[in-house]
Amino acid sequence: MSNTTIIPDPVAAGLARGWKVVDGARADSDRTLDADVVIVGSGAGGGVTAEILALSGLSVIIVEEGALKSSRDFRMREAEAYPSLYQESAARKTKDKAINILQGRTVGGSTTVNWTSSFRTPPDTLKFWQQRYGLRDYGVEALAPWFALMEARLHIADWPAAPNENNDLLRRGAEKLGIPTGFIRRNVNGCWNLGYCGMGCPTNAKQSMLVTTIPSALDHGATLVTRARAERFLIQGERIEALECTLLGEDGIRPNGRQLRLRAKHYVLAGGAINSPALLMRSNAPDPNRLLGKRTFLHPTLISAAAFPQRVEGYAGAPQTVYSDHFLHTQPIDGPIGYKLEAPPLHPVLLSTTMAGFGVQHADMMRQFPHLQGMLALLRDGFHPESRGGTVSLGAGGAPVLDYPLGDPLWDGARRGLLTMAEIQFAAGAGAVQVAHETAPRYTSWREAKEGIAALPYRPHLAKVASAHVMGGCMMAGDPRAGVTGPDGRYHGLANLSVHDGSLFPTSIGANPQLSIYGITARLASQLAQSLTGRPAARPAPRDAPAAASAAA
Amino acid sequence: METSRRSFLKAGALAALVLAAGGGIYRYTHPPAPKGFAIDGEAREALHALVPAILAGVLPTEANARAQAIQASTERVNQTILGLPLAAQQEVQDLFGLLALGPARRLLTGIPHGWAEATDTDINNWLEDWRTHRLALLRTAYQALHDLVLGSWYSDPANWAAIGYPGPIKELA
Repeated sequence: MSNTTIIPDPVAAGLARGWKVVDGARADSDRTLDADVVIVGSGAGGGVTAEILALSGLSVIIVEEGALKSSRDFRMREAEAYPSLYQESAARKTKDKAINILQGRTVGGSTTVNWTSSFRTPPDTLKFWQQRYGLRDYGVEALAPWFALMEARLHIADWPAAPNENNDLLRRGAEKLGIPTGFIRRNVNGCWNLGYCGMGCPTNAKQSMLVTTIPSALDHGATLVTRARAERFLIQGERIEALECTLLGEDGIRPNGRQLRLRAKHYVLAGGAINSPALLMRSNAPDPNRLLGKRTFLHPTLISAAAFPQRVEGYAGAPQTVYSDHFLHTQPIDGPIGYKLEAPPLHPVLLSTTMAGFGVQHADMMRQFPHLQGMLALLRDGFHPESRGGTVSLGAGGAPVLDYPLGDPLWDGARRGLLTMAEIQFAAGAGAVQVAHETAPRYTSWREAKEGIAALPYRPHLAKVASAHVMGGCMMAGDPRAGVTGPDGRYHGLANLSVHDGSLFPTSIGANPQLSIYGITARLASQLAQSLTGRPAARPAPRDAPAAASAAA
Repeated sequence: METSRRSFLKAGALAALVLAAGGGIYRYTHPPAPKGFAIDGEAREALHALVPAILAGVLPTEANARAQAIQASTERVNQTILGLPLAAQQEVQDLFGLLALGPARRLLTGIPHGWAEATDTDINNWLEDWRTHRLALLRTAYQALHDLVLGSWYSDPANWAAIGYPGPIKELA
């Protein structure tokens, strides 16, 4: 049964009123389409850019590798969500398979499946960018209006409900230890507090690109092409002449034998970190500074689970509402690696595959599911001089491969992160703590955990490491010789290409990156619209208000 | 612990060579199916043998129900693999191809005879060995099997009640 009788589906309504959507899987011939601007990717960067350019009067084509799925399809089942909404069935991995990467692959990109956590780019990250990478215009004050604009647009606000127990245990345990925590702002409107954000919001409360900027762009005449893999740019000298796309079949995996060629005056690359540099590599794009695909960051994330006497029900309620940045500030930003603490939603597939071991021991842990609490330590990579991130290259069939060596400074951070989480969990009253590590036993006291975690071997595949935040690979810098892109997002060596996604970041963010991408690409898209039209860009209106037309339109 | 540290697994370089060559041999004799992952014969026997070890403690004990659950789980694993990108399907295909080759099986898993004759202890020792093996390739192969079997099991709503997971709100699901 679908939920359409209860929840109006804005995507279905838009299609009914004539949105231009081309489903690549249904194409029965090769085609060529033209526009002012072609945008590759429909996630945070692509969505924001599409709306601003379309409102500013430009004709826009958005091309997306994933399918157009909407609330009627979001049935809150991992078995359906992971294959249909995520890159590589939510099992994308680094080259050595030591880090599992969660990244969206659907209309709306990762914003369709993220956990709604919204943070402005931290001031110390921006200060580091200004000092190290010459990004002078990336100060707190200069960006504040762009964050404010997108916060209003996407209804980003304090979350009025109480945290669920899974999050509140982080708050209470930290409080016992004198570690400050805060509440996470969320991009939701009318949220039912269900807890299934990672499988696509079934009520359209999450203000993802799928229900905000993409519909707005389509209402203003944009074209959306889905199940089309951006294969390569055709480059002539310093200009892109066209984008060649391989159309995929109904399964979203195999090509259906048809090609699509997209031509435009300007191209915006917003395929997300990993995919954006890979497309440029497949295109043999100029890379004068030999930096393309380098400095790709992940916020490598460690996981600790704890069993509590009371019910925790980590699957129920807003998934992320409490955080602590305490351990981002206990040492210099480029010193020993700092980490952010958060809680993850717990669902059976994600939990059972993340936790180590098999057989009876694993089964016993799973039987305690309603009593389990999960905690995450996200390492802030890219600041320590030895933390240079990973490198994207091309593997079989031109698919991207990220080689991300976890060096000593990160393993040191991993150890400290696991220790902190176990200490907080015991302080909150846990009866046992099981960190996600192949050789860690179940600890029943902080004393035992403190000794045990410190002595664990920290090597690939033994300590489980995950990532839901992929950044960098097309890094911007003030000095044209020091970046892949400039502070304006323009690609060095191609006159009609901009990059508008998280791949621009020269380090990790040190916070969940969605709002950083929204705010920064809103500014870039507005500058781009002005340069393409010669008029001030239109401003996206706050949610529920009619969009403002361009001043001169 | 010591019993699982069997000497044949210490033939590191040789094992790696066999592992690399094994995939190649299998791929040569079983060319990549354009339809993606396909499992048959001894490879299917291997999957049948490892599913009950990974799912020990959750499978039903009654013989018929147990056989059915193993069968259903094997099928779900198959479906999970078919949802992966083609390159990943090929990697899993190569892994099962390797497990299907007698010499590779003996050298890398220590399981002396066919998969159908492997004992629970054989399988457990093999999985424990690969879990922390010093060859990264074997550790990743273990993790692939871990994730495929456990993920497939717990993705099935029929297995949620046993762990107290209520599943999504019925009105919207």
